[in-house]
Amino acid sequence: MSARLLELEDVHTQLTLREGVVRAVDGVSFHVDAGETLGIVGESGSGKSMTALSIMRLLPRSGRIIGGSIRFKGRELRDLAEAEMEALRGTDIAMIFQDPMTSLNPVYRTGWQVGEPLRIHRHVKTAASVAAAVGLFKKVGIPEPEKRAMQYPHMFSGGMRQRAMIAMGLSTGPSLLIADEPTTALDVTIQAQILDLLRHLNREFGTATILITHNLGVVAGMCDRVIVMYAGRIVEEGRTEDVFANPEHPYTWSLLRSIPRLDAEVRGRLQPIEGSPPDMARLPEGCKFRSRCSFAIDRCATEEPELRQVRSQLTRCWVTQGGVSLESQSDLD
Amino acid sequence: MTTYVLRRLLLMLPVAFLVTVGVFLLIHLTPGDPALILLGEDRSPQAIAQIHQQLGLDKPLYVQYVIWLGRIAHGDLGRSITTHQPVGTAIAERLPATVELGLAALFWSLIVAIPLGTIAAVRRGSIADQIATGISVGGVSIPNFFIGIVLIFVLSVTWRLFPFGGYVAFTKDPFENLRHIVLPAIALGTAGTAINMRFTRSSMIEVLNNDYIRTAMAKGASWRRVVFIHALKNALIPVVTIVGLQIGGIIEGAVVTETVFTWPGVGRLAVESIFNRDYTVVQGIVLLAAFSYMVANLLVDLVYGWLDPRISYS
Repeated sequence: MSARLLELEDVHTQLTLREGVVRAVDGVSFHVDAGETLGIVGESGSGKSMTALSIMRLLPRSGRIIGGSIRFKGRELRDLAEAEMEALRGTDIAMIFQDPMTSLNPVYRTGWQVGEPLRIHRHVKTAASVAAAVGLFKKVGIPEPEKRAMQYPHMFSGGMRQRAMIAMGLSTGPSLLIADEPTTALDVTIQAQILDLLRHLNREFGTATILITHNLGVVAGMCDRVIVMYAGRIVEEGRTEDVFANPEHPYTWSLLRSIPRLDAEVRGRLQPIEGSPPDMARLPEGCKFRSRCSFAIDRCATEEPELRQVRSQLTRCWVTQGGVSLESQSDLD
Repeated sequence: MTTYVLRRLLLMLPVAFLVTVGVFLLIHLTPGDPALILLGEDRSPQAIAQIHQQLGLDKPLYVQYVIWLGRIAHGDLGRSITTHQPVGTAIAERLPATVELGLAALFWSLIVAIPLGTIAAVRRGSIADQIATGISVGGVSIPNFFIGIVLIFVLSVTWRLFPFGGYVAFTKDPFENLRHIVLPAIALGTAGTAINMRFTRSSMIEVLNNDYIRTAMAKGASWRRVVFIHALKNALIPVVTIVGLQIGGIIEGAVVTETVFTWPGVGRLAVESIFNRDYTVVQGIVLLAAFSYMVANLLVDLVYGWLDPRISYS
């Protein structure tokens, strides 16, 4: 197990909000191996970003990790002093964020910002760090890198800013890159370019990547494995092709059915998931997806299922754990 | 940049014109006849009429205005009607002391406000924050003459640390100059300190919630680096606006402070001239105050450009 790059075990993170205490991450366990790409999928509020921020220990003021273990290269991150954590952030674990429009500091030149991790961690002089940033700009496909490095963020388009963010993340050659919805704020054509770039860099540098998204299409094209989160829990985990071919959790199954597809047989209307996500401050008993689930049985209302192996993946569902196949069940409807 | 400054200076002309109209009317509509002050006991109607004629006060108001405007366009602010000294000279003699006091007050307000406001923002809700809030509420609500009197009583009369008033030119004795300036600078600067601190605090709190702060932390920047390099430059943008207004307001504040500390600046000259109905001098000082506001505003806009690259002057 020590070969694991990152390993989370039963991590609990809670947010103390005005509405009450929210268990944003509730017993999450997973791992990432070196060079691997893991997708974390879920709708807003499912706890995927909070999981990432827990790993980075960059939770908002209201957030606190209250239990579990987060090991990176065998070191328990929860035990590290803040200074040790700082030494890790931006060097061995890098993170890029959803909104490139607001993620760069408006009052400093982009080259200065992209080169900053080198100044902080490698004690490189400003001029040399900006020169390194120019090289990184070239690598992530920013045209006229010398000129661009001297410009301010407001002179960059959204796609270019996200490229600059990626360049910043990769400046120190991290072993793990956490990309939190890196393409959500971008146009579709730019999204594809950014994903291509991430895939390419993942191969070139062997950087393990956690890709957080609400877009299953992004996961299909990029990730070796996928984790599906709902209400702060992992509800399904498996190899991407297995999960896409045979979802073993009704939530994943509904998510896949709600995506428009060009190659599928004509089934008529898209099927949205009925209802809305539960109120995280007042979670129901039993399975948290029950109220929106068309497969629910009596047991789902009273007991919450554990995450268990069903065929090739892990799932948190009484129905599939009982041996029922979702596909055959739905055909009966 | 140069074009921008030139354009701004040109745009100042209509404002300046309105300012002269305002100043002129304000002074001439104020009750009190300078002739009565000049004459003292001998107030015969003939003597008053003669003075009016000498000073041009017998002419219609708009004619007086045009004559006055023509003179100030040539840099001639007229002569004091009590001392007969040229107004320009009278103000120029007093101005360095006021500028020195104003800069010292501004320096005091910033050197206290920015660190305190930053600490209050970073540790909001803490005891340090509450103390800072208390100081700022006090600083704004206590009038500066009262702060001045308390400072004199405690630090110079009781503890004898500082002189209780007066002025020594820097060129004459730099140390004594600084010793004399400490108390009036604190008295004049405290209200500004309080306001600047509140601005720094709220602006800093807002900035610290930005995504780019999280980016900086994700890079492994230390908390100190995040606050002082990534946040502070952004947080100071609104503070500059308010400081600009304070620079413009230095002369007003100096009126009271200079009187309390017998500081020989423009503020005290204004008070003396008002008591003497020396309207030419008062006019000159009010005009100077108005122009210092205009110049301060221009300076603020230029500093903005330096702080915030999104503002362009082209």
